[in-house]
Amino acid sequence: MKLPKFKLERRSTPPLWFQVLTPVIAVAISLVISAIFLLLIHKNPFTAFYYMFYGAIGTKFAFKEMLVKATPLLLTGVAVAIAFVAKYWNIGAEGQLYAGALAATWVGIMNLPLPRAIYILLVIAVGFGAGAIWSLIPGYLKAKFKVDDVVTTLLMNYIMIYIVSALLNGPWRNPKTMYPESITISQNAFFPKLLPHSRVHMGLIVAILAVLFMYFLVRRTKLGFEIRATGTNPRAANFLGINTIRAIILVSIISGGVAGLAGVGEVCGVHYHLIQEISPGYGYSGIVIAMLGRLNAFGVFLAAIYFAIIITGAQMMSRSMNIPPYIADVIQGVTLIVMLAMLLLFEYRIRREK
Amino acid sequence: MEKIIEMKNIRKTFLHTIANDNVNFTVYKGEVVSLLGENGAGKTTLMKILYGMYSKDSGDIYVKGRKVEINSPKDAIALGIGMVHQHFTLVKSLTVLENVILGLPSPKGFQLDLISSRKKLLDISKSYGLNVDADAKIWQLSVGERQRVEIVKALYRNIDVLILDEPTAVLTPQEVDDLFKTLNLMKKEEKSVVFISHKLDEVMKISDRIVILRNGIVTGERKKEETNKKELARLMVGREVIEVLHKEKVKVGEPILNVENLSALNDKGVLALKGVSFKLRKGEVLGVAGVAGNGQRELEDIICGVRKPKDGKVYFNGEDITNKTPKEIINMGIGRIPEDRMEDGLILDMPIFENIVIEFYDKEPFSKGILINYPEIEKTARRLVKEFNIKTSSVYAATKTLSGGNLQKVILARVLSQNPKVLIASQPTRGLDVGAMEYIHEKILDTKNKGTGVLLISEDLNEILNLSDRIMVMYEGEIMGIIDRQKEKVNIEELGLMMAGSLKRRRDYETSEI
Repeated sequence: MKLPKFKLERRSTPPLWFQVLTPVIAVAISLVISAIFLLLIHKNPFTAFYYMFYGAIGTKFAFKEMLVKATPLLLTGVAVAIAFVAKYWNIGAEGQLYAGALAATWVGIMNLPLPRAIYILLVIAVGFGAGAIWSLIPGYLKAKFKVDDVVTTLLMNYIMIYIVSALLNGPWRNPKTMYPESITISQNAFFPKLLPHSRVHMGLIVAILAVLFMYFLVRRTKLGFEIRATGTNPRAANFLGINTIRAIILVSIISGGVAGLAGVGEVCGVHYHLIQEISPGYGYSGIVIAMLGRLNAFGVFLAAIYFAIIITGAQMMSRSMNIPPYIADVIQGVTLIVMLAMLLLFEYRIRREK
Repeated sequence: MEKIIEMKNIRKTFLHTIANDNVNFTVYKGEVVSLLGENGAGKTTLMKILYGMYSKDSGDIYVKGRKVEINSPKDAIALGIGMVHQHFTLVKSLTVLENVILGLPSPKGFQLDLISSRKKLLDISKSYGLNVDADAKIWQLSVGERQRVEIVKALYRNIDVLILDEPTAVLTPQEVDDLFKTLNLMKKEEKSVVFISHKLDEVMKISDRIVILRNGIVTGERKKEETNKKELARLMVGREVIEVLHKEKVKVGEPILNVENLSALNDKGVLALKGVSFKLRKGEVLGVAGVAGNGQRELEDIICGVRKPKDGKVYFNGEDITNKTPKEIINMGIGRIPEDRMEDGLILDMPIFENIVIEFYDKEPFSKGILINYPEIEKTARRLVKEFNIKTSSVYAATKTLSGGNLQKVILARVLSQNPKVLIASQPTRGLDVGAMEYIHEKILDTKNKGTGVLLISEDLNEILNLSDRIMVMYEGEIMGIIDRQKEKVNIEELGLMMAGSLKRRRDYETSEI
């Protein structure tokens, strides 16, 4: 008896509607799978999803909170997406975010005698720089010595998170509260609020500019062309005269810098001091957002908003229905896996061998 | 003599090419039979059919007089047929002994029987002069030692016929002698060997019988005593020499590309280019003939800037370009049609218009400052698609949607639109249909007539003969001779001997001024 063999066969060119529909279907399937988990804990998934979306966009207040969450997600999503276009597998946006937050805090608590506009530009610059340096290390190792970037960027996260922890438990510990948190940064480094009676801050504008910047960089500049060529086929790109080493190094700087901005926004726009839990994994969510957005600036924008809705809404859902808030993590995880599976089907089709 | 294997009327096609056409091939007991032919003659294909790796389209195989169906290497081994491939199939992190017994049932069931298998391995290596250390890890061994492990592995499976695919390609002369000693010992034990090769000297040295293949057809079968190298060369290359396609007289120009004493390692770290020197002149096509893997790839890579030589220099217009980057080399006016058009020449997942400009997108008017001027690029791409007759629905289509000939035209459009001073064309028509081939030949001749120096590296002898003003033959990283067709007629027998490494015309390139 012969078992039927299956093999994956590359599709020639997937139709455009397929490309657009893929993420939509991925979201739908992930909601269905999440519903199964909800049923397992005897909760009505429809009610749960209702609360989730109501809690995120149902009221003005909820909508504003969603925007606060969207701000770092947009930035980490863009950071990871730019890196992935060049096939620089930056899993380290989380660490780069912490690096940016650390640098912004450091400059912020110096209480420099600067006007507000200058101070804000300064924290943005040092935050970008810190994230960029933290990403440049693995980027340089990859470009020059072909060191595996997945491993290095991931491990760099832990180093930075523990550096922050060491600072907060040591020299930067707040002397008044004795909590592991820094003192409040200079008021002149606070990001201005965008909407009254809310936490929506200037970081949102920075994030939207980052999305536009990504589109501009990838689609309109020479460097963007080089990045795409390097990411698509590094061997050919090198043969055809593109400096692939330079492209990867520049991408690692830009990607890390943008992730660092997410940290600046959390410190200067939301908390006004540095805490250990400055990010509940925004850097890792950035990976999912970049994939879900198909490494496209507009796609990243939609994916980040979707994630902000899930994260904000999950709080409302868990409060209203007594569901563990971890269900949001489940939805995130399931979305990524479904998306990856969809991408496989998108590139290949399954063929039964005769 | 007893027939061990008989292959009758074997036919095998791959899409549009016929690899084997009604091939008859017999192996007798206790003989070394050589399969001789150029690249792509169908030698390896025929043997992969025998070894169960390819399925034949038609024809029959008899082993010891019995008709058999061989569907996998496992079937072949059960019938007493073993094969050592050009690329070894060993697990690098395991020991020699572990590799040899890998995949075999153990007499002790779940437990490995290392003691008795070690004894059998040592017996084999002793009786056939195959010196191997049973406990060495494969990654510690040299290429020659790994080949011995492969042979031991086959003999351990009690085979009667051993197929060796270009076994000497990776060996040093000393190792070749050792291998031949082993083959002679195998003959004494009444085992048979099929020796695939294109090297005439070795074939004449080791075989009892020689079967010559050309374009998938058997062109001759000779006993060693009844033939000589000249006859074999003719059977192998075997075509009438066509005069140069173009009628125009060459205006011999100044040398523009000057290669001096170039040596280089290949990817395996073996010396593949051994002190090559030649000059390419303006307005000529210098054809580089030779069987693939004789240093052509390394030569191409160095001139294109993607491989560093071990020794020697390349001068372009008197300027040393040996260690320049690909970008610098492109900008100096050296056009490159790479051997591997899918992996080096094009980024298949990017659209056609971007592939057309990828070597000059950074120049005005295609970009300004940091910005790319896409409208200008698209305009130029559309013009070139039209000019070079590239068949596509749109310049925005992914390049991978194009056919082979059109892929090559994209590269041609990119390179020739920059009016290169030197053109390096490597296997420019490999795998293309006749129409595309003629088109590309025409373009190459046009370019030459404009005064460009063309270095044409090709395995296709017809192509070399059709286009070249001078023919340079490479064998094992050396130049065997340069034939200047203005001074002499091409002697096909001599060309064949040079390609098979049996003739070296030193005087030609060592004394002449060019």
